[in-house]
Amino acid sequence: MGNPMKIRAKADGDLVEVKILMSHIMETGQRKNQAGEPIPAHYIQLVSVTYGARTVLSAQWGPAVSANPFLAFKFKGGQKGEKLKVSWTDNTGDSRGDEVAIG
Amino acid sequence: MQTRRGFLKSSGGLVAALLAAGFLEPGDLRAEEWNKAAFETKKMEDLVKLLGGTGPAESAEVAIVAPDIAENGAVVPIGITSKLDKTRAIAILVEKNPNVLAAMFSIPDGTLPDLQTRVKMAQTCNVFALVRAGGKFVYAAKEIKITLGGCGG
Repeated sequence: MGNPMKIRAKADGDLVEVKILMSHIMETGQRKNQAGEPIPAHYIQLVSVTYGARTVLSAQWGPAVSANPFLAFKFKGGQKGEKLKVSWTDNTGDSRGDEVAIG
Repeated sequence: MQTRRGFLKSSGGLVAALLAAGFLEPGDLRAEEWNKAAFETKKMEDLVKLLGGTGPAESAEVAIVAPDIAENGAVVPIGITSKLDKTRAIAILVEKNPNVLAAMFSIPDGTLPDLQTRVKMAQTCNVFALVRAGGKFVYAAKEIKITLGGCGG
């Protein structure tokens, strides 16, 4: 499940500016612990941002995206007060979705 | 020499993933599938080939907004913008990471080809912004100096 994302979506006229901060370890699988054993990979692979039925951004990520990933982008045609949903799935099958109203 | 069409026919499982990543024109949008092979490539040219393209050529229409020097390779802010019409996908590549591809984004109609994220960099090297626009692959490059690597313990 992970911790809630911080999502900010701000409408400026027709344009909605979206900023997302996810809470995820984004472990690469390349590191070793103090005993020299490899630390298993654990990272977000799929991200999608939807506005109603419309997907406004989708992404595929590898382990080189920083821990607690940040993502910012802009889309046209969003209305103030309407919901924006962000969801991710990681390589262990864990997933999370959070919603925010466009402000 | 394998044609694009032949390549796609011979790699059915990959097609869904490519559609999902926006690197192909979507005929029908199926459920997303993570493109494992793409994230195992070591060079940008190999990635483009895998995605069914050729080149890529450098383009002044694509810009990378990032610091010249990043103190912490674990968190390097990268912004990418494309002025090209029909920009359908943007990928961020780090030349000297163990695997070159960090992230790829599909840009549907109505979403601007202008996004920011943060990536890990193992060492000083080029970051590439690979863009698919109008069926062609183009890129921009920027060298970023790292004073502390992002893949160490």
